Amino acid sequence: MSDVLLPSVESAYSSPDAQGFYGPYGGTFVPETVIPALAELAKAYETALNDPEFRNELGYLLRDYVGRPTPLYKAERLAEAVGLGTVYLKREDLNHTGAHKINNSLGQCLLAKRMGKHRVIAETGAGQHGVATATAAALMGLECAVFMGVEDIRRQALNVYKMRLLGSEVVPVAEGGGTLADAVTAALRHWVERVEDTFYVIGSTVGPHPYPAIVREFQSVIGEETLAQLQVKGVGHVDAVIACVGGGSNAIGMFYPFLRNLPDESRPLLVGAEAAGLGIETDKHGAALTKGTPGVMHGFYSYLLQDDAGNPLEAYSISAGLDYPGVGPEHSSLKDAGLVRYEAVTDAEALEAFALLTRTEGIIPAIESSHALAMLPRLAAELGPDAVVVVNVSGRGDKDMDIVREAGLGTD
Amino acid sequence: MAPTEIPSRLEVAFRKGRPALVAYLMGGYPDRAGSLAALRAVALAGADVIELGVPYADPLADGPVIQHAAKVARARDGSFGLAETLDLAAEAATIEDMPPLVVMTYLNPMMRMGFPVVAGRAAEAGIAGFIVPDLPPDNPMAAQWMREARSRGIDTVFLAAPTSTPERLALVGERSAGFVYVVSSLGVTGERAELPAELTALVGRVRASTSLPVAVGFGVSTPQQVSNVAGIADGIIVGSALVKRQDDPVALGDFVRSLASAVQRR
Repeated sequence: MSDVLLPSVESAYSSPDAQGFYGPYGGTFVPETVIPALAELAKAYETALNDPEFRNELGYLLRDYVGRPTPLYKAERLAEAVGLGTVYLKREDLNHTGAHKINNSLGQCLLAKRMGKHRVIAETGAGQHGVATATAAALMGLECAVFMGVEDIRRQALNVYKMRLLGSEVVPVAEGGGTLADAVTAALRHWVERVEDTFYVIGSTVGPHPYPAIVREFQSVIGEETLAQLQVKGVGHVDAVIACVGGGSNAIGMFYPFLRNLPDESRPLLVGAEAAGLGIETDKHGAALTKGTPGVMHGFYSYLLQDDAGNPLEAYSISAGLDYPGVGPEHSSLKDAGLVRYEAVTDAEALEAFALLTRTEGIIPAIESSHALAMLPRLAAELGPDAVVVVNVSGRGDKDMDIVREAGLGTD
Repeated sequence: MAPTEIPSRLEVAFRKGRPALVAYLMGGYPDRAGSLAALRAVALAGADVIELGVPYADPLADGPVIQHAAKVARARDGSFGLAETLDLAAEAATIEDMPPLVVMTYLNPMMRMGFPVVAGRAAEAGIAGFIVPDLPPDNPMAAQWMREARSRGIDTVFLAAPTSTPERLALVGERSAGFVYVVSSLGVTGERAELPAELTALVGRVRASTSLPVAVGFGVSTPQQVSNVAGIADGIIVGSALVKRQDDPVALGDFVRSLASAVQRR
């Protein structure tokens, strides 16, 4: 087998531009009050990235605190069950706090400290980013408030309790559907008021520039490790790499190193799995890339679920981490460029994949990650029984026990 | 750049030899007829400029009063939005002594309708200007919108904030038309018990960056606050305190008269 996964400098993929645009997507669409704070953030981020001390500190924390590198595990029984040659699972579920979110929260909280901010805020859907940020804040002695929709507080009671234990305030958001999008809006509104002493730790690759780029940078450790681990294992060829997409941070963290380091012709098929909820033919889904049209929400331009008058719509998914009406701007650009393929996975398919991984490998995935796993049977049909596929298991499923029980899993 | 041939109706409205009162109302609240009655009442009570808000599902820069009004307006009359607000404005423009109307909308409804269509319909409705709080002046889409707006005599008003650097203030002052909107304090729209002590200095910095009239909004709600701001600015924008009374045109008219006389006492 050829070593096509060896890094190359040939790739022409480079974005965003200086104003934070990925093709036409991204940018800065926010009230004037926070523009100077975004400029200050961009500058501090640039300086930090070029500071070996910052990189060392983050690297140390990722290794000794988070437990990185996470394993790339060969899931043989799962591969057999779905009819694929080889399936590798990138085990982000084994991170401290149980998901990939901690990679970004630690990075941004370190930035906050460098910038002299003693208080951080965050939004959260499933609660994973909230818990990760509350954890990083506890570690670094920062004050922390997490905005969370009332519906998500109901669905994810355990994570709410964890955040409070960690010393964070959980601010309930009752506006709208009481889910992730409402939490982002509430956090942005609060930030406009407290912009001088507060750092907003955004949890996904969304928001105004430079946030999408910052989150991508801190999550790229996922794809970088994966490329290195494939090489160590002597895997010279991969047919497809899959990740779930809500805002899209675990996906961009996995995909970006493949995009940056590999030329188009040797790059595996990159597949993003969005939430189809009850079906994309219904109005109960979160499939912004499959069913949305470009628009502006939460400070950036991207595919968006919206009505004819340009109002963002409420998204739905069984997964509190994927029911977002927008999607990170870089994903919109990657979709248009044909560099990543995006497909939608229903609640029922995700639950089936959740059960399958649990029963075949003894790994209980997050319901978000189960959307990525649900792509395996589809890819087996397309790529054949010898194909090699990598799936990012972005988080573990402990938080989802009530949801899967309500859905009737494990009761037979 | 050649000066526009059409005199800016907004600039004229701010140059009456006294500060101007800018009244914000929410389109379609409490319903279409109610918002038209409110427009009539506010015009009659002496507002110099009226800002007409477009109900939107995700009003990022607005506080609870305006959020609520937007929600009610969207729930009635088949989801009141930008198209309905422009229709309402066209009807309001036929009211005698109607002051210049400025539309305040978030960007996405404009993008959905398309800038040329928005500008065309706004011009037909007699709209004097647009305020788009999530469109900073240096965003590439601001240039696209202004090309459409300018050619139809529509001003685009940008916002200056307490956090704005001198470079940002220069940019806002240079790109704005009609007037410059000074955000009095950090946070979203809504009444505040006190305006910040640094407001006078902020208005001074904005003045130094532009030759346009300078109006102050966010948190101005009482006749006393209006009178204080009238001492430092060319215009005072009152929003939430009016929207709170928008379902009662009589009370609304009385309140606006009290604000108008607070301006004139200066």
